[in-house]
Amino acid sequence: MLRIENIAKTFNPGTITEKIALRDVSLHLAPGDFVTVIGGNGAGKSTLMNSIAGTFPVDKGKIIIDNEDITKWPEHKRARYIGRVFQDPMMGTAANMQIEENMAIAARRGKTPTLRWSAPAAQQKFFREQLKTLNLGLEERLESKVGLLSGGQRQALTLLMATLVEPKLLLLDEHTAALDPKTAAQVLAITNEIVTKRHLTTLMITHNMKDALACGNRLIMLHDGKILIDVKGEEKKSLTIKDLLAMFEKAAGSELNSDALLLS
Amino acid sequence: MDLIIPTISQGLLWSLLAIGVYITFRVLDIADLTVEGSFPLGAATVAACLTAGWSPVPAMIAAAFTGMLGGIITGILCTKLKIPALLAGILTMIALYSINLHIMGKANISLLQVDTVFSLYAISGMSQANMILIIGLISVVFTSVACYLFFGTEIGAAIRATGCNPHMIRANGVNTDITIILGLLLSNALVALSGALVAQSNGFADVGMGVGTIVIGLASVIIGEVLFGTRSFKNCLISVILGSIVYRAVIAIVLQMGMPPNDLKLFTAILVALALAMPLFQAKLNKRKAAKN
Repeated sequence: MLRIENIAKTFNPGTITEKIALRDVSLHLAPGDFVTVIGGNGAGKSTLMNSIAGTFPVDKGKIIIDNEDITKWPEHKRARYIGRVFQDPMMGTAANMQIEENMAIAARRGKTPTLRWSAPAAQQKFFREQLKTLNLGLEERLESKVGLLSGGQRQALTLLMATLVEPKLLLLDEHTAALDPKTAAQVLAITNEIVTKRHLTTLMITHNMKDALACGNRLIMLHDGKILIDVKGEEKKSLTIKDLLAMFEKAAGSELNSDALLLS
Repeated sequence: MDLIIPTISQGLLWSLLAIGVYITFRVLDIADLTVEGSFPLGAATVAACLTAGWSPVPAMIAAAFTGMLGGIITGILCTKLKIPALLAGILTMIALYSINLHIMGKANISLLQVDTVFSLYAISGMSQANMILIIGLISVVFTSVACYLFFGTEIGAAIRATGCNPHMIRANGVNTDITIILGLLLSNALVALSGALVAQSNGFADVGMGVGTIVIGLASVIIGEVLFGTRSFKNCLISVILGSIVYRAVIAIVLQMGMPPNDLKLFTAILVALALAMPLFQAKLNKRKAAKN
């Protein structure tokens, strides 16, 4: 479904703040793969995500979704195939607009907007049914402005919006990191349900090792702009945090010293 | 007493400018200074067309059209060329000063000798002042209904979302360069139309008549929002129109009370500065109240 071939990205090349974020990364995702991505600060997780989403162009390499080369596509065109949930709960929805209006925009993701009425009453029933699956009571608040919702509610809504039109690839960029532990668990449970029920090809960044092990059928660990560890299937199922740390030491030749990764 | 009708009329004619400023300042979240150039641009276009023998309606359509071009230029400067929106607006505004002189051929054109929209369609027995009120009302109702409908469409919703959260709307597949250009285009078309109407009611177009229009527009938007609310888009549109009328009334009253007309712009600037700082004052006041309790 997703084929990444030798992509590289350096920020501020040739300056004192030069930062090599990705070094020749290649990654193939089969349809329905649910991949969790871990790595310390500056390992290149977000750069990988943003390269795929098209936030900035890559320096070299190819990004192919469903046999279509999207490397040169601008961000908004890639949205045709990609659903996204951001780390910041404020980023995925328009606060000044109603839940209904936000969902109407998501319901035509990737289509050029026309002069048709944006949120026709005919869609309300469908929106209500979809909101009901979140179990947050949002189906009663279609006309509330999104700005009135809590961070967790907004993130769940963003997740729903990102999958309202089935994406060929779902990108989750630490989408539970900014939430309190209880809400984070709730949003993660909703994520698991949506992704596994609909077999969505998904890339999920997390800095919580437990979540990375518990979710999905495949796990990759990035380090210094490279994919260091890639485990899938049965091997991933039996993997523990201890195994992961041992694998890291062997592969990187150094001890994992990212507090954020170890403490969580 | 006999000031009431002209005040309302002026407020209506200027409210198209206020709606235009509302679209950029509130909907798109851009302070667009193009307004200062596109207002006289509309006046210049209508004056040039009328003196060339056009009838008023096509002349006003031409004025709105030139306003659109002004908006497109600012839009291209700030999206494709990545110039900050404020600076992009200033550049277009300055450029338009020369363009307006070219369109008019001189700094000032009198419209007293030609038929305007207010004189040509005059109903017999009705004064010019009442005609301005009626035409103003028709234009405002037509414009605000059209705006309301447009911002309810898919394109309109995309423009609103662009101002609110560009990340979100890009992630949903909309090219924000296009929506920003569209918003600026629409805004400046309305501003130019306002300029065309004001020029015809004043009886002249002047190259300097744009000075301070952005502040007048902002004053109308803020006064309207504070006095009449912002619950929904419909509510906002009505607030802005009423805000424009209240602004004219305030001006009429302070002039009546003896303020020299030369101080008008200073007065407006102070009014807008205070209104813009209002949220800060309110927060401080609330804090003090909370501390007392």
